[in-house]
Amino acid sequence: MQKKLSEFKIGERGIILKVEGEGKVRRRLFDMGVTPGAEVLMRKKAPLGDPIEINIRSYELTLRKVEASCITLEVIE
Amino acid sequence: MKKFALVGNPNCGKTTLFNNLTGSTAHTGNWPGVTVDRREGEYKKCPEPVTIVDLPGIYSLSPYTPEEVVSRNFILDEKPDCIINIIDATNLERNLYLSTQILEIDVPIIIALNMIDEVKKSGDTIDADVLEKKIGVPVVAISALKGEGTTELMDRAYEIAEQKRDGFTVLEQSKLSHLINDVAIALKGQNIENPLFHAVKLVESDELEVAAHEPLLGMIDNFKSTFEDDIFGVDFEALIADGRYKYISKNYSTALTRNNKTDKSKLTKSDKIDRVLTHRIWGIPMFLLILFTIFHLVFSENFLFIGAALGKDWVSLPGTAFEGVFGAGGINSPGAILQGLMEVLMNWITEGVAGLLVNAPAWVTGLLCDGILGGLSAVLSFIPQILLLLMLFSILEDTGYMARVAFILDRILRRFGLSGRAFMPMIMGFGCSVPAMINTRTLADENERVTTVRVIPFFSCGAKLPILTAISGGIVMSFGVGNADIITYSMYVVGIVTAILTVILMKTTTMKGEAAPFIMELPNYRLPQFKSLMLLMWDKAKHFIQKAFTIILASTIVIWFVSHFSFDWKFLQDAEMNNSILAGFGKLVQPLFTPLGFGSQLNEWGWVFIVSAITGLIAKENVVATFGTLAACIGASVVGGGADGVAETALMIQASGITIPALIAFIAFNMTTIPCMAAVATARAEMPNKKKFKWTLVFWICTSYIVATIIYLVGSWWWTIFIVLAVVAMVIAGIILYNSKKKLFNFKFKKKKSKQSDK
Repeated sequence: MQKKLSEFKIGERGIILKVEGEGKVRRRLFDMGVTPGAEVLMRKKAPLGDPIEINIRSYELTLRKVEASCITLEVIE
Repeated sequence: MKKFALVGNPNCGKTTLFNNLTGSTAHTGNWPGVTVDRREGEYKKCPEPVTIVDLPGIYSLSPYTPEEVVSRNFILDEKPDCIINIIDATNLERNLYLSTQILEIDVPIIIALNMIDEVKKSGDTIDADVLEKKIGVPVVAISALKGEGTTELMDRAYEIAEQKRDGFTVLEQSKLSHLINDVAIALKGQNIENPLFHAVKLVESDELEVAAHEPLLGMIDNFKSTFEDDIFGVDFEALIADGRYKYISKNYSTALTRNNKTDKSKLTKSDKIDRVLTHRIWGIPMFLLILFTIFHLVFSENFLFIGAALGKDWVSLPGTAFEGVFGAGGINSPGAILQGLMEVLMNWITEGVAGLLVNAPAWVTGLLCDGILGGLSAVLSFIPQILLLLMLFSILEDTGYMARVAFILDRILRRFGLSGRAFMPMIMGFGCSVPAMINTRTLADENERVTTVRVIPFFSCGAKLPILTAISGGIVMSFGVGNADIITYSMYVVGIVTAILTVILMKTTTMKGEAAPFIMELPNYRLPQFKSLMLLMWDKAKHFIQKAFTIILASTIVIWFVSHFSFDWKFLQDAEMNNSILAGFGKLVQPLFTPLGFGSQLNEWGWVFIVSAITGLIAKENVVATFGTLAACIGASVVGGGADGVAETALMIQASGITIPALIAFIAFNMTTIPCMAAVATARAEMPNKKKFKWTLVFWICTSYIVATIIYLVGSWWWTIFIVLAVVAMVIAGIILYNSKKKLFNFKFKKKKSKQSDK
């Protein structure tokens, strides 16, 4: 099943399929290791629901839901 | 002298290694044109001394932040003899991503595999030799914290700095290799240095490269048009980033052997701390508690609220030189004690100097003791508190908690177009604007930084509190209405509301743009390091003292001079200050303050408020101090005048006939206008763009004038609120209209452009 990172529930895992978004944001995501093929674990949400924290390439990354909605993943069951 | 550059990700232990290598020789400055720290030091254990340059922590060489641009330009333009690429061994993959980019540059490189001890502790192993063979440059395992392996690192770095190295790209084996090689050969043919690096960046369509190599773009597009990938299409940016990471996991990660016994699902120490500190419900209360503790430690005069429990006053030491230093009633916090001690020291120096000058003319004593030393001690006595506050916040930064604060609060601040990071400097403003403005360096976006620096003074600092208490006390004493605490509290709220409104105003006009993207690493929690903290404190103290003795000293002398001399160059005693140049100036500009309530409508003593406000531009504690001096020259003896200035204020209120709304407006004016010389100097240093700095001064003056006017008008005649609301509505309508027109214009313009390109 495919869905956006912003729709992930806490504890869900997925493999990145594609990264969209505006030039600079996309560039930054790539630089931080958010590239197709990488495995992502949704760790938690901030107290107010946004931003979110994910685990990728064995480190913790935080990003807003807006940016997370640029990332499409295949959910690992 | 040979020059080695330290390059690496943020939080990889770069600063620790730098401090370890250079010790006390380090000195900090700014890169020309940007406020990114430039730290340099000397390493002396090689056959000849070597300069070590600490480049800012970066994730990539793409131009995303000023740090990245600075690092990239340094490597390309200043050509270090060797690059020491420091890598966090606990996070190999992402750290090596930067390495794959640096490897493309024609410069000797050595990789320092840091935190190898932590890897061992977790049960994993990394084979430095295997990694070295795979990458093709020396790899040395080190622990910067313990100082292990650093000698070997530097010896080998010195060795390879003698040799030449040609750039190498990990994309060599990818589908892109032909394209990159073709571009690189073409660049080489034009005698461009580092052809491989530029070739890759040009294929990526990197902004800076495209701008710098415009004549080549046609050729590169030709090359690119021959290429097509079945998965990525012609998305070169994605192809290259993907290529790098694929190569890393395929080739380099083989050096890492994971300990299969360690349970992956088990929580690490960081996870456990995070469970509490970023908890859905407790996260924000915990943050507020930490914040309160910090301010309590630095500013409180009733430390841990134990004063009352003692029953008897043990600490105020009446009659001694240290009266009140350790507390009066309550017990002082460490910060307040340090400040008290500093004041005692400055008083002692002042008295000593005064003692030496018994026979000197009155104006010499006045200039030295009241002018220079008085001004200096007003500023210097805050250094301990500023440094302590800065230190506690650095601890939060070093432990990794600050990143979590941004994570927790981002949602709230985004409404105003700022990111979660901007909250910290603003809240620090309640303590002191100077460390708060320094802290804005953690903000990535230039516009966000300028906006934050501008509103920091509205978070009323410690030095403004005496103005609040003196005037609200004076109001209660003279008019017999209200409650001093409630007035003080409301003024803090006025400051915060002003900050929010002006941020919104700036974001819709001059500082437009989306909230900066928020994509940030949450580093593992680490213990702060004593040595790094001390070096930071020392550095800031030096900076601050330097400022105190230049810009602040000069301005205090000027103010002293104009307040103690009359127009016919006669020296005046404190009690005769109403004849001074400053008083004359105050009377001259007094009409300007009529809309604020302390202008022409006051009687002959009205100028005292204006003069106090002017001296407050140097340091806000001057305002109440000036009240004291001017009360003396009003003449009547002050009954029961204490250090809080309440009695003096009451006297001035009676003498000038000022109203309550005007007094509130006066407080608001002081709170939101140009803060103090120390803050102005800091703002100037933190804003490399001098035009923006000048506009910041204008912004402060205008804001304070408008806020005070509104308070006075609405406070005096309630119906003027409708006029104010009407004007606000007009301004909002104006901004909306202007913005929509601009959009329309841009839209048309783009359409035209695209039509042209269609042809």
